[in-house]
Amino acid sequence: MNTEILGVIFMYLAVVVLAIPLGRYIGKVFNYESTWLDKLFNPLDRLFYKFGGIDPSVGMNWKEHLVALLTINAFWFIYSMFILTNMGWLPLNPDGNPSMGWDLAFNTAVSFVTNTNLQHYSGETGLSYLGQLTLMLWQFVSAGTGIAICAVVFIAMKERTMEKLGNFYGYFVRSCTRILLPIAFIGAVVLVFNGTPMTFEGKDTVTTLEGAEQQVSRGPVAAFVSIKQLGTNGGGFYGPNSTNPMENPNYLTNILETVYIVLIPMAMVFALGHVLRRRKLAWMVFGVMTFGFLCLLLPTIYYEMNGNPAITDMGVQQQLGSMEGKEVRFGPAASAYWAINTTATSNGSVNAMHDSMTPLAGMFTLLGMMVNCFYGGVGVGFINFYVFIILAVFIGGLMVGRTPEFLGKKVEAREVKIAMIIALLHPFLILGGTALATYLYNGDPESYAGWLANPGYHGFSEMLYEFTSSSANNGSGFEGLGDNTPFWNVACGVVMLFARYLPIVGPVAIAGSLAAKKYIPESAGTLKADTSTFGMMVFAVIAIVAALAFFPSLTLGPIAEYFSLY
Amino acid sequence: MDTNKSLFTKDMVQEALRQSFIKLDPRVMFRNPVMFTVEIGTLVMLIVTVMTLTGDQSQGSFGYNFTIFLVLLLTVLFANFAEAIAEARGKAQAESLRRTREETAATLQDGRMVSSSYLQKGDVFICKAGDVIPADGEIIEGLATIDESAITGESAPVIRESGGDKSSVTGGTKVLSDRIKVRVTAQPGESFLDKMIALVEGASRQKTPNEIALTILLAGFTLVFIIVCVTLKPFGDYAHTPITIAAFISLFVCLIPTTIGGLLSAIGIAGMDRALRANVITKSGKAVETAGDIDVLLLDKTGTITIGNRKATAFHPAPGVANEVLVRAAVLASMADGTPEGKSIIELAGVNPDSYDVASPRFIPFTAETRSSGIDADGIRIRKGATDAIRQLVEKAGNAFPQQTKETVRVIASNGGTPLVVSENDKAIGVIELQDIVKPGIRERFERLRKMGIKTVMVTGDNPLTAKYIAEKAGVDDFIAEAKPEDKMNYIKKEQAGGRLVAMMGDGTNDAPALAQADVGVAMNSGTQAAKEAGNMVDLDNDPTKLIEVVEIGKQLLMTRGTLTTFSIANDMAKYFAIIPALFIAAIPALQGLNIMGLHSPESAILSAVIFNAIIIPLLIPLALKGVAYKPIGASALLRRNLFIYGLGGILVPFAGIKLIDMLVSLFS
Repeated sequence: MNTEILGVIFMYLAVVVLAIPLGRYIGKVFNYESTWLDKLFNPLDRLFYKFGGIDPSVGMNWKEHLVALLTINAFWFIYSMFILTNMGWLPLNPDGNPSMGWDLAFNTAVSFVTNTNLQHYSGETGLSYLGQLTLMLWQFVSAGTGIAICAVVFIAMKERTMEKLGNFYGYFVRSCTRILLPIAFIGAVVLVFNGTPMTFEGKDTVTTLEGAEQQVSRGPVAAFVSIKQLGTNGGGFYGPNSTNPMENPNYLTNILETVYIVLIPMAMVFALGHVLRRRKLAWMVFGVMTFGFLCLLLPTIYYEMNGNPAITDMGVQQQLGSMEGKEVRFGPAASAYWAINTTATSNGSVNAMHDSMTPLAGMFTLLGMMVNCFYGGVGVGFINFYVFIILAVFIGGLMVGRTPEFLGKKVEAREVKIAMIIALLHPFLILGGTALATYLYNGDPESYAGWLANPGYHGFSEMLYEFTSSSANNGSGFEGLGDNTPFWNVACGVVMLFARYLPIVGPVAIAGSLAAKKYIPESAGTLKADTSTFGMMVFAVIAIVAALAFFPSLTLGPIAEYFSLY
Repeated sequence: MDTNKSLFTKDMVQEALRQSFIKLDPRVMFRNPVMFTVEIGTLVMLIVTVMTLTGDQSQGSFGYNFTIFLVLLLTVLFANFAEAIAEARGKAQAESLRRTREETAATLQDGRMVSSSYLQKGDVFICKAGDVIPADGEIIEGLATIDESAITGESAPVIRESGGDKSSVTGGTKVLSDRIKVRVTAQPGESFLDKMIALVEGASRQKTPNEIALTILLAGFTLVFIIVCVTLKPFGDYAHTPITIAAFISLFVCLIPTTIGGLLSAIGIAGMDRALRANVITKSGKAVETAGDIDVLLLDKTGTITIGNRKATAFHPAPGVANEVLVRAAVLASMADGTPEGKSIIELAGVNPDSYDVASPRFIPFTAETRSSGIDADGIRIRKGATDAIRQLVEKAGNAFPQQTKETVRVIASNGGTPLVVSENDKAIGVIELQDIVKPGIRERFERLRKMGIKTVMVTGDNPLTAKYIAEKAGVDDFIAEAKPEDKMNYIKKEQAGGRLVAMMGDGTNDAPALAQADVGVAMNSGTQAAKEAGNMVDLDNDPTKLIEVVEIGKQLLMTRGTLTTFSIANDMAKYFAIIPALFIAAIPALQGLNIMGLHSPESAILSAVIFNAIIIPLLIPLALKGVAYKPIGASALLRRNLFIYGLGGILVPFAGIKLIDMLVSLFS
């Protein structure tokens, strides 16, 4: 078998092997069970609790959880806006990079607050080190937010009637210190040993082989890259993200970074099994996510490894596959694998240019973001999946002749209403945003010409991708889009905000409302959620909601491009 | 009662057709968001069609637009027809019940004669043998045999008397003997049947919670497709593809779940109608739905699990007592006992009680205090009754209660029998064994319920030993022995606290609190007014096994909703493949690759999709009315089965259907 494919299989198996024990560990962290890391982290956590005046033993209901979440996020958002618009004169700016304008600062702050990390700037010239550190802080805070709120949903799914679902601050601190920090630290160390810079000194000047002098940007890159991969953040230190050899020097670091993308999202599923003591349910969720993931992955690798027919028509051999926009040190298979990982999980870092992918591969990266729950972002991936479970439970429950119930709680009009609004939101933001952009462009193609590097279907895909990426809180770019303009900065910023917080508020409201309901024990007539049959049902709901809403837009973008090329 | 075996008759169809047009009124349509949007689309198409008449050809030809308009109109009409035919059927069923209570004369207690329609709640009327009872009421004085065949179809007359649990009479039934005084219990037009008719007709029909939730889901899908279609306009402009209004509206109407949207209310009405066909009047649609969720079923032993009453099966004389002595005493003690048990003792003895010559007999009736009955005559005092009652009597008189009799009593009880101890002159002389006969086929029914996930609980006044024996024999999961009315109530509350839904059937006034507490309470029509008010269903047949049918009707109702929703949404796959290439093929010829069905032309593709979308509604009306068959094979297997039939079927059927229609349409173009 081809070594490239072996590399992909190795990366996938590695992440599964690591995710199972990590999931159990995360479950223990959520359950406040003791682990061997307690000695190290108990004092650290206490420090945070003392400093923040937090008593983690105070229970909160779902509304209090959301208030806590929004408060933490709002505070750091204002702080980031201040740093980004003033970093020009603030310390830690050896390269003398300027402050950001308001619209770019808004877009950037929102983008990091929402775990999107859409970057309409280039880190080398657009940020001081203080700016980079602020954003790095966010890569912890936003990932910790996602994990903590997912813990709340897990707790709410337990088999009893309850109002109080633990303490948000407790989950948040523990997620950051006990989950993100140690794993990110290991990753950063590995990266440093492979040559990734980790310094506060400014640009280095090197003499190239040609004898020319070149300035090379440096900074605290290793730490930044490790957490950007781990927390499904994806915002690179450098503009070209992990295609840049400073961020991703070799195939080994590429393995590490790829594994880090999906490690926590996958582990969260196993954490669910541990928290609820329902292993089978976790395997059902894992099975559905994996099946969906493979549906996206396999054709993508196939098309990327087979090259572009237009180039073949020119008489150019493509033994390596489609190499446009890819790094030779990774090759098409590993690049395609990364592309699907990063889009399925809302990470958004890249090790190749998605703009240059073959049409259907591009479509699968889009679909990964449109579905946004095949593993999904840290914590929020499962929360998105939860909405589809509720819808599947509703329809499936009716099909077996009972009013629907999920894990012993009745799913009624209120839950269906919220789930449906959340399911609606994603297509609304993506299609609405893209429609607005195309409308503007149609009206005056001359003055908006700067937006699109490519006309036609591909240009459409670029706009669709930008909004999809924003709405999925993914943050990768199709590029080729002139996106640092007030329109794109503000429109994408607004989309990111809605797409981050509403899909957290909705499912938490559902989970809280179900948690407070009376627990109904299972009987032979109950639809069991941990069976493969129900898994099929969930997959069908996901496929139908995602595929049905986006089919026409995909037709005008990648599908039209595909049929024109092939 | 005549039940229509065919789905609908000619006059039902005529009425439904008329109603289909009346229901086009937007104020009515508004209640159904899915079909309401289709109606708006139809209206827009009408305007577009008129525009093409003025010579504007940018939206396509007049013929094409007019056809689309017609098909959309048909879609709405089909949906209305589905609802109307369900209403018509329900109404016809209710009418055939109501027909039994045509105007009759009523004799008031002061002797005045009035027409039955003038009877007000609280009026008292008198009926004697041969009279048709003019209105629903409760007997306040007297006892009568009544022929209820007009309502229940059961020809054997029943006894109704004041004071007891069987004090209700129904308008339209006939008094066969004796004379009763009856108080009217409902205002004219407000009897349970009248309420049910109103429920079916839609005037007071309210959406059930589950229907509301489903409507929200469907409205959500509708909104998604509004977004899809509206945003397609700028997308199409970007691709330099003008999309006609007809194509937009067709795409929209095809994508939104019109199939389930059109059939939803018909399914709900049909559920109530099926209950009515089973001779059960439901007080709300919600009750039928809840029945599908029942976890625990409380069933009275007598009449449900066992055939009516116990029968005497053996005499067991005490040591030193001759069999004839015991038989004689038993027969004498039962002479005046009109209960079926008493009669069965005489039957078993096989002697004519009059052949025993006793002087000046005085009969001692059964009372709750003495828990025994018997006869006093010259020099003899015979009692028969519960073991401990007789034992007390015997021991009080200073006599010993024989050890062997105790043993006999124990053996009978542990075999499910009921021992009746007989004493003569305060000496225990033997035991009569009464046995319960478990109804044939009841075990299989409980097995079926178990597979549905329903726990059956037998309620009986028997002692725990007897109860256990019968419970095992009949195959129920649990029993309440020596049950007092409050025991039922406590059991229901206990199960409900555990999150389970409980159904029970009852007739007596002391059942009323439990009937009200139960999630589904079925009152027997023969029961007291209090019981009927407390329950949420009334069974006209007074058949205790009816609960099982009611549960299945509830499950069918929910399943029909679920499967048709799945089918409706799964249909979208094929419709996309028909319409999307058709929309863009002119500007992007490469998209011919998406036209996997090989449809003839863009116009024929769009037309075929909307036609398929329209005719699937009437095609599924029979299924909506009859309901999807319920099979107790476990939830997962059921889901697999329904996903396979309605999910996979829902994906595949329209591919074939649309292709077929396209072939027909292309013949005309």
